[in-house]
Amino acid sequence: MKKSDWFLAGGILIIAVALLGYQFLANGGDPSESVVVVTVDGEEYGSYPLTEDCSVDIGETNRLVISGGTAVMEWADCPDQICVHHSSVSRNGESIICLPNEVVVSIQGGAEPELDGMVQ
Amino acid sequence: MKNRAAYFGVFTALALILSYVELLIPINFGIPGAKLGLANLVIVVVLYRNGWKEAFLLSVVRIVLAGFMFTNLFSILYSLAGGILSLGVMSLLKWKNIFSVTGVSIAGGVSHNVGQLLVAMAVVETYQVGWYLPALLIAGVLTGLLIGILSAGILKRIRFIDG
Repeated sequence: MKKSDWFLAGGILIIAVALLGYQFLANGGDPSESVVVVTVDGEEYGSYPLTEDCSVDIGETNRLVISGGTAVMEWADCPDQICVHHSSVSRNGESIICLPNEVVVSIQGGAEPELDGMVQ
Repeated sequence: MKNRAAYFGVFTALALILSYVELLIPINFGIPGAKLGLANLVIVVVLYRNGWKEAFLLSVVRIVLAGFMFTNLFSILYSLAGGILSLGVMSLLKWKNIFSVTGVSIAGGVSHNVGQLLVAMAVVETYQVGWYLPALLIAGVLTGLLIGILSAGILKRIRFIDG
């Protein structure tokens, strides 16, 4: 291996660690205010509070279960089942993605400004 | 170069076998899409032995065949995006001659993951997928490093074989 190889590997790792650090710092919101946002094909399907236990049928293709402050994809009809095997998500910014069904489940911070009023 | 077609067939078979072997290894990095990329071993070796044109052809043939045999049409799309971007980056860096085989392989591993991530973003139309970028960058460096070291070793040992 050449010296430049190590610089390349090191450089990419530094970028990755910097991004991880940014994600960690940018998501220090209060977890009790987090919501689970479900999008299908880029359009919002619905959002559910992370604190309330519930089961959500996403269309006829996926089923999401929220319990004990974490969300898991319990069932999906896709062939690869990657989203079902995905570990549970609870921290802001984490997401479960079912690519074949174009379903994205992501945790978003309650600290983010919500649209609670509109001036016309 | 003698027996070009025969060698290409052997390399294709080898790449397909490695794709299959990879399915048998239950390595889960905990992130969707991250895997060892054993077949890239053959791609890197062919890139250095026979040039980018043959490596490109091999890569596409490998992805389409392995895709139909082991997975589905959907994964072919991701693999193609990753494979083509990865090979483009590797060919360019090899031509520039800044890095050794290992460095080129690391760049290939990382760009493979980035390519797949871009397609995933386009498919689900959500930037949330970008959350996986740091993890995929690290995975790309590690797998690229491993494949690169192996490729360098193989290239050193097969240079006496003509073809």
